[in-house]
Order: sequence, then structure tokens, then C-alpha cells
Amino acid sequence: MPDFKRPHALTDVYLHYCPGCTHGIVHRLVAEVIDEMDIEGDTIGVCPVGCSVMAYDYFNCDMMEASHGRAPAVATGIKRANPDKFVFTYQGDGDLAAIGTAETVHAATRGENITVIFINNTTYGMTGGQMAPTTLPGQVTQTTPYGRNTDIEGFPVKMCEMLSQLDGVALAERVTVIDPANIRKAKAAIKKGFEYQKNKQGFSIIEVLSTCPTNWGLTPVKAIERLKNDMIPYYPLGVYKDAPVRNKEGANS
Amino acid sequence: MAEKSLMKGNEALAEAALRAGCKCFFGYPITPQTEIAAYLSKRMPKVGGVFLQAESEVAAINMVYGCAGSGIRCMTSSSSPGISLKSEGISYIAGADLPCVIIDVMRGGPGLGGIQPSQADYYQITKGVGHGDYHIIVLAPSTVQEMADCVTKAFDLADKYRMPAVVLADGLLGQMMEPVAFDDAEIVMADASNKPWAANGHKNSRKHNIINSLYLQAPELERTVRERYERYAEIEKTETQAVADYCDDADIVVVAYGSTARLAKSAVDEARKLGIKAGAFRPVTLYPFPVNEINAAVKNAKKVLVVEMSMGQMIDDVKLAINCSKPVEFFGRTGGVIPAPAEILAKIKEMGGND
Repeated sequence: MPDFKRPHALTDVYLHYCPGCTHGIVHRLVAEVIDEMDIEGDTIGVCPVGCSVMAYDYFNCDMMEASHGRAPAVATGIKRANPDKFVFTYQGDGDLAAIGTAETVHAATRGENITVIFINNTTYGMTGGQMAPTTLPGQVTQTTPYGRNTDIEGFPVKMCEMLSQLDGVALAERVTVIDPANIRKAKAAIKKGFEYQKNKQGFSIIEVLSTCPTNWGLTPVKAIERLKNDMIPYYPLGVYKDAPVRNKEGANS
Repeated sequence: MAEKSLMKGNEALAEAALRAGCKCFFGYPITPQTEIAAYLSKRMPKVGGVFLQAESEVAAINMVYGCAGSGIRCMTSSSSPGISLKSEGISYIAGADLPCVIIDVMRGGPGLGGIQPSQADYYQITKGVGHGDYHIIVLAPSTVQEMADCVTKAFDLADKYRMPAVVLADGLLGQMMEPVAFDDAEIVMADASNKPWAANGHKNSRKHNIINSLYLQAPELERTVRERYERYAEIEKTETQAVADYCDDADIVVVAYGSTARLAKSAVDEARKLGIKAGAFRPVTLYPFPVNEINAAVKNAKKVLVVEMSMGQMIDDVKLAINCSKPVEFFGRTGGVIPAPAEILAKIKEMGGND
């Protein structure tokens, strides 16, 4: 049995996330991938506005803090100036699929060689649980106290489905981290995203269905049940696109 | 210096940016600055640089944030409505102490306004643009040659003080053609080697760098803002620049910047021919405002006239700078209308320039 150690790419500090939140697991998976690929010294991470706003304190690689929704544009600026470095963004659903939709879509369609880690927990966590673009129909939040009414608030955004239509996208995969089997799949998806980046093969997005027990008003165990029973049927797990934009030599494939 | 060539102001500025080692340009089309993007889209790939047309001004300024954060010289350009969109990003860039250059080729406003020249964004640019306690350096060229010279200086000042620097031009300067000369030096893209703070991969040789403007502890945020203001104080002391013509014996000093300063200078020249003791004062740096220089220029004057292509914005800084020690009057055209030297001369005469 190998030692269970903290990945080097994670700093040695306590995370501020709530009990039962899955941010910690996803942070660890990203860090494990960085360790396994031995790329910490060549990686720049971009964190968003939202619960993971302080992720710059948690990753040991160089980090930048973006304004709300702009992480893919910030990552584009880093990557275009430093095409041989690894650049990833770590964003929540409000950041990526509401205020930053334009930046997300255009970084994707340009085929930017960046990896986007997308945390979908169907709510704005940091500000106390308001409706997100991914809030499910009928879901009660602070700003949908009677449940999300699709006649008024419209329908949830399905990012992987949307982005998989774009030619610049190499990988669009939806995963979750609610049990060991899914955690292994999530890590493999993240690693594939970084590998595509290594070979300059296009944009990768890994959407991670995540829990927010605090704002859902559920225990961590009940939150996982809710994710399984309500979220996965609406947001099916799986690979939506896996087609490198360029071959390993950089030519269009 | 090489031989002079005839160029548009926007193109001269773009060429000078390359020669200043600007490796990356991120832009979005908007009249009357689009020639900058078009020119760089042609030139950048040939000199090892990056030209990228963003999906919006918002994205472009955030690409600049990322690129500047990695320690690479970069630039964006826009015009008035586009600068409003960039204001969020400029605030973050200032808050993260990143050097970059932003070009604003002003057009008439508010709203969609018009596409003719204007100086109606003086407040917007010189008073910080976005939210929070901060300044940005603002340089105001008045010729095509200065469009080129100012962008070089803007990159140097931005790097020196780790803050955004703006070249504030207008549609007249951007579109007009004049002879311009550049240094013959070979184009070398600036790298991050002298920027130890850059987030460009720590190579396992240093602690991780963080580019950030978030400080949740109030005393910590106050400390970072105060440190920044110490830099601003140094800038205000050492980086002001202005041009004064015939001010020593002038009864009326005409203050104007940018292309308007040339129109004002023409009026002052005409006034002198008529025996009117008029002088011309032109701030080149709008932030830092040339306070000492303007006080020296108006020392012997009876009155001051401020001329702008707006309803009067810089006039506030003039009054503050001279502490209202002289009467300050205003003449301006706005909405894209360019003031004629004859109109300015009439105003000089009206102010009693023949006393």
C-alpha cells in the first residue's frame, strides 16, 4: 500500500472549504496530475471569483487571480505569451457559465491550449447560495425561493453539451467525485486534458459535478445522494467530445 | 534615426510599440483606432510577436492581464466606448501591480456617441477608469511623431513603476498622416528576465508567484494601497512633462493638450502677430499633471484659457494646479466638432488680450 501523501503541487495549508464540499478532492486531483507529469515548475493556474477564489494559496505552481468570469481570457494571455507552459483555469458555474460565458466559448472555439476545470454545484456558493446558470428546474435557492421556474428564470446551461459542438475543443468530459470509481475517472479526464495541452492539441474542459452541502442545506451524505438522484439525470456523466484538434506534431487533424 | 516616412498616427504608434519590444497585442475593432490592430496583425507574425483579436474589449484587457502577469510586454488599444468595457480589467491590472500599455483613441460620447475626434474622456482616463484607489500614467501626444514616442515612453514607465500606462490620443491624431522617424535598432521582444515577480512558471527554483488584487483583511489592503500611493508620489515628483511657448511675458496663457494644443498654438501664433501677448501651455503627461510647470507658465499671466474638445474636463485640473490663483476661462467644442484656430483666437480677443 503506497503512502497517502499530500501532493507537492498543493501547499501545506488548511483549505477554507466547508465540510463535505468536493473542492478539496478536485484540488487534490489537479495537484496529483501536476505531480505525476512533473510540470509544477512550468504550470500557471488561474483561479476565479467564487468559492475557489483563494485557490492561489493552495496550489504550489505560479498562480493568477482573474476577475469574475475572465479566467479563460487571462489564461489565453498567459498561454499566447508562453506557449510551452501549462495553463489551467479553475472555475465555478456562475463564473464560467454566466458572467464568463463569452470568454469560455471563445477560448474554446479558438482551440486555446488550456485546460479548464469546471466545478458545477448548481449554485453560487461564495455569496450564499443564489441561483446559478446550472441551477436545476424547481431547485430552491436564495434567489429562487419558490424553486427555479423555467418560465421565469429559463433553463439550466449544459456546458459540455454546448462546447462539444465547437471545432476548437479537444476534450469535453463531465465527471464527478462522489465515490472512488468516479474520482479515478475524474483524475484520468484531468490528466488527459493536461496531456492534450502538452501536445498543443486544443482546448479541454472537465466539468466536475460537485456538492455544496452548506448552500443546499443538506448533510454531506445527503448532498451526495442529491447529486446522484437529481443532478446526474439532468447532467449525464460521460465524454461529450474527445477529438484532438491538432495531432501531436501540431498540424490540424 | 532612420529616414522619415509618411504614416497615419495609429500606424506610427503600432510600429513604435513593436520597436519597444511589445510581444503581444490583444485588441477588438472599434473606430477610430482599428488601424492599430490591422497594422499589428500584419507585422506581429513577422517579428515573432503575437496578434490576437479578442471576442470583446473585456476579453482583450483580461488577455493583457494574463500576459502582463507572466512578465511579457503587451498592449491593447481601443476607443472611448471600448475603454469603458476595459475599465474593470484596468482596475484589476492596477490592483495587481502589472505593467502594460493601453491606447485610447478618443471619439465623441456619451453612449455610442460618434466616430469623430473628441477629448471627452479626460475624466475617465485621468481619474482612474475603473473602481478603487489608484492612478494610471497618462501621456497625451500631439503629433504623429509623438504618437510613436509616447508609446515607447509608456512601456518604459509602465515597467519602471509596475502599473498601466495609457497613451491618450483622439481620432484626429489617429487618422492624420505626418512624417515620422523610428530608431534603427533591431526589434527585440522584451522577455520576463527582469521581472522576478512574474507568474511564468517557477522552474522549481523559487517559491510560487501569485498575481492577485484580493486582500480580505482591511489593514492589509490599506497597506498595499498606501504603498502604491508612495510610488504615485514619486511619479508626481519626477515624471511630469509639459511644453510652454511664449509664456514668460504672456497676459493670457492658453492651456490645451493633444491635437487641440496644436490648434491652440496656431491661435496663439496669430494672436502674437496681432500684438496680443498670448502664450501656449501643453501638458504632455496628464497623470501626473504638470503642476509645477503650469504654475511657472502662468506666473506672469493675467488670465488662463483652457481649450478642449469637450465641455471642459481638464479645466478642473488646471484650476486645482494653480489653486485658482488666476481667472480660468474655457472654450471647447464637443461631439466630434474640432475647434477652429479662429474661434480660439476670438476667445483670446474676447478675454481682453489687447489690454
